[in-house]
Amino acid sequence: MAGWLDWLTGQKPSSAGQAKDRLKLVLINDRTDLSPAQLEEMKNELLAVISRYVPIDPAGVNISMSQDGREHRLLADIPLKASARKR
Amino acid sequence: MAGTVLTVTSGKGGVGKTTTTANLAVALARGGKKVICIDGDIGLRNLDVVLGLENRIVYDLVDIVEGRCRLRQAMIRDKRLPELYLIPAAQTRDKNAVSPSDMVRLAEELRAEFDWILIDSPAGIERGFRNAIAPADTAVVVTNPEVSAVRDADRIIGLIEAEEKGPARLIINRLNPNLVKRGDMLSADDVVELLAIELIGIVPEDENVVVSTNKGQPVAMDGKTRAGEAYNNIARRLCGEKVPFMNLDEKEGIFHKLSRMMRPGGD
Repeated sequence: MAGWLDWLTGQKPSSAGQAKDRLKLVLINDRTDLSPAQLEEMKNELLAVISRYVPIDPAGVNISMSQDGREHRLLADIPLKASARKR
Repeated sequence: MAGTVLTVTSGKGGVGKTTTTANLAVALARGGKKVICIDGDIGLRNLDVVLGLENRIVYDLVDIVEGRCRLRQAMIRDKRLPELYLIPAAQTRDKNAVSPSDMVRLAEELRAEFDWILIDSPAGIERGFRNAIAPADTAVVVTNPEVSAVRDADRIIGLIEAEEKGPARLIINRLNPNLVKRGDMLSADDVVELLAIELIGIVPEDENVVVSTNKGQPVAMDGKTRAGEAYNNIARRLCGEKVPFMNLDEKEGIFHKLSRMMRPGGD
């Protein structure tokens, strides 16, 4: 988000900002004991299972991790395909 | 009287655990509390030198545990303050010389006599940490505003929770306000947001800490330095007082300001 602002003003992103962004990811991995690769694998399996029951729109899928204090939550936003609605 | 056992820990080494323990002990004692600190870093003891009590060691923690002396014989009284004592670590043994239940037993005995029992944990997450956290009623985690220290702090916070000693409270040590302003150091807000635990103090980077450690006189002995003031504030917060966080920006003196104005591009 701040990236294009930095680009506009010709400023390099602050090193503190980089530290914070990197730490956010590292702490999620450390706390959940889940590597980024495993997270990706889980996401793919999740989608495969769901699409066995109902067609989904892969382009609109958004799976992310949210933090609430020291607790983490896996958020999955999976849009279903319009054509799936049969009567 | 039933004293509180406070364990000072960090995960990573070199962030200032021992300096923090020494200064909090001094600050609590200055506030009229009866305080004892225990060096939990068996084999790598340092709390004695930071407090300036290294020449008075006769017996140590392992001597107590192994029954070579009575508890009282290993307690060194700091004569500069009315009620401050140290139990030093053994230097020629390792962490396995003491067990978590030894520490619990020792703390139980001390609780009857002291308001505060401070335990300086060694770095790491192994036996030394387990020993230090076993008798704790509460814990403070010391970190620096820097990636590796924050990451290790997060790990230790998780372990403290797992031991049901949480929630730990956070001390951010060696914060450099100028670097933060320049965007080259994590701010206190950043660190608190990442670690998601309660902040109990920010200690600014202060050359006086180096000087005072050289002399064996913790900065908290007088509240005249920035770091000394910060430690005394933390001690008051530990006792339940509401003390506002000090403004770390006002430090810039007139000379500094002038020289900065002369020099285009800032400092």
